[in-house]
Amino acid sequence: MTANPGVQRVRWMEGGGPAADLVLSSRIRLARNLEDYPFPTLLGPEQGQEIIRLMEGVTEHLSAAGLGRFTLLRMADLSPLDRRVLVEQHLISPQHARNAATGAVILNDDRSISIMVNEEDHLRIQCLLGGLQLHEAWAVATRVDDVIEAHVRYAFDDERGYLTTCPTNLGTGIRASVMVHLPGLVLARQAGRLLSQLGKVGMVVRGLYGEGTEALGNVFQVSNQITLGPSEEELIDNLIGFTRQLLDQERSARERLYRENEDGVKDRVMRAYGLLTNAWTISSEEAIRLLSDLRLGIDLNVLSHVRPEVFNELIVLTRPACLQKLAGKELDARERDLLRARLIRERIAAALRKTTQ
Amino acid sequence: MLCDECGQRKATVHLTQIINGKKTERHLCAHCAQRHEHEFFFEPQFSIHNLLAGLLEGWQPPAGTVQDLRCSRCGLRYREFARTGLLGCSHCYDDFRQQLEPVLRRIQGQVRHGGKVPSRAGSRVQLGRQLEQLRARLREAVAREEYEEAARLRDQIRQLEQRVRAGEGWAGTAGPGAPPGGPGSAPPGTAPGR
Ligand SMILES: [Zn+2]
Ligand SMILES: [Zn+2]
Repeated sequence: MTANPGVQRVRWMEGGGPAADLVLSSRIRLARNLEDYPFPTLLGPEQGQEIIRLMEGVTEHLSAAGLGRFTLLRMADLSPLDRRVLVEQHLISPQHARNAATGAVILNDDRSISIMVNEEDHLRIQCLLGGLQLHEAWAVATRVDDVIEAHVRYAFDDERGYLTTCPTNLGTGIRASVMVHLPGLVLARQAGRLLSQLGKVGMVVRGLYGEGTEALGNVFQVSNQITLGPSEEELIDNLIGFTRQLLDQERSARERLYRENEDGVKDRVMRAYGLLTNAWTISSEEAIRLLSDLRLGIDLNVLSHVRPEVFNELIVLTRPACLQKLAGKELDARERDLLRARLIRERIAAALRKTTQ
Repeated sequence: MLCDECGQRKATVHLTQIINGKKTERHLCAHCAQRHEHEFFFEPQFSIHNLLAGLLEGWQPPAGTVQDLRCSRCGLRYREFARTGLLGCSHCYDDFRQQLEPVLRRIQGQVRHGGKVPSRAGSRVQLGRQLEQLRARLREAVAREEYEEAARLRDQIRQLEQRVRAGEGWAGTAGPGAPPGGPGSAPPGTAPGR
């Protein structure tokens, strides 16, 4: 619905999906390798190009499978800026962006599917959707996998499953992950304790910390650690189970926070709103922190007139490469801070709900 | 606190990872953080590699023996794998089998794949799994002294075993099938129990 001038439509950034108030995105990633080639660690440039050409042929079959139109892009043909935009949109990894010699990516038109070619494994099939939709993402990823498998020969072993470059991906090759927004738990100072408990039961949790102990944007990523043994569905169910527990805890933390200190919460939210809608220049870190407060305010109905998806969109669009893509040129830090502030003002204004009717 | 990377400016960005209850921290100044921004923003594999490298480091094989072990197909040295956590080809899993087993147990807990199977290998693997399940049910039936059920299961197992012997599922319908007894097909009964 919202067109991003200069930046391609990316489905997960539009929000939506179940539990979308707390879960920004769900991702399924499958690691696959072709039997007849060494893993990318030892892959020569010619062999790498051979695999890319092979996958170019498969791209047509993918388009024919009814999952959207697919395009193969070679890293070498993309500008450094375009590659960084793909990283910021979570469509390719940072190391893949640097692989100009043998790297390629296959994307469908709404960017819900991306296939990295010659990353750590020959293929990394990824499906990325908004909200808590891991089973849905798995259904898509496994279909893509089936289409590819009809045309190539995977390295597979009855006992060890899909053979991967790193043994931490062996078996199913699946990495399921959810990106969650947990400002309540962070404000209640419970995030660290809870997340370390998750770590003990085979989940990996990551967050980017800003000044002090506050996670930047209060956004965390939770993913499965084990890939061998259980089936894909079991691993996904397991992750969903833990995510639901985390969401319950977050909801009760928010309720308690609001009950015990309504004025404090409102003040925090309204200050964030005031700054975001008036700041003339703003750093990436400050923006993400304030956007998290804004989103909390929207979820708690303190700011009922702002549409929530603006958060999902802005935490990506305000990052350096996306900003420069929007501007259509390289920007220095000062110029980025200026543009970031303007973009936020404009997008929030556009995200106001129409009050007519 | 000074930046971990340049050691000159004040650290203002603090990255914390919690993996299996183990916490690691990095402290960077805004300048260095900017350069690394992409790396630690939502990149789970980075931390999982660190975990593996840590495991391999703590697990030192006896000197001289394993250190010079090489994969017979791609030539990767085990020493190199222990340093990076990355293998060179699918055959490495066979040539480093003995060394990898304890590592896999520590990372994965289990060492037998229980998930999706590519359709090429599908019918063969599915027959094998079906057989395994039937044998388990047979043992249970015998233990419960339900002999009629046990006899029925035994017949089913025999039928399936015949189909396996007849080579069903090796060639399949999709293209050139895997040769019988291809790499990694362990002799029956040697499968690690768990
Ligand atoms: Zn520094
Ligand atoms: Zn090898």
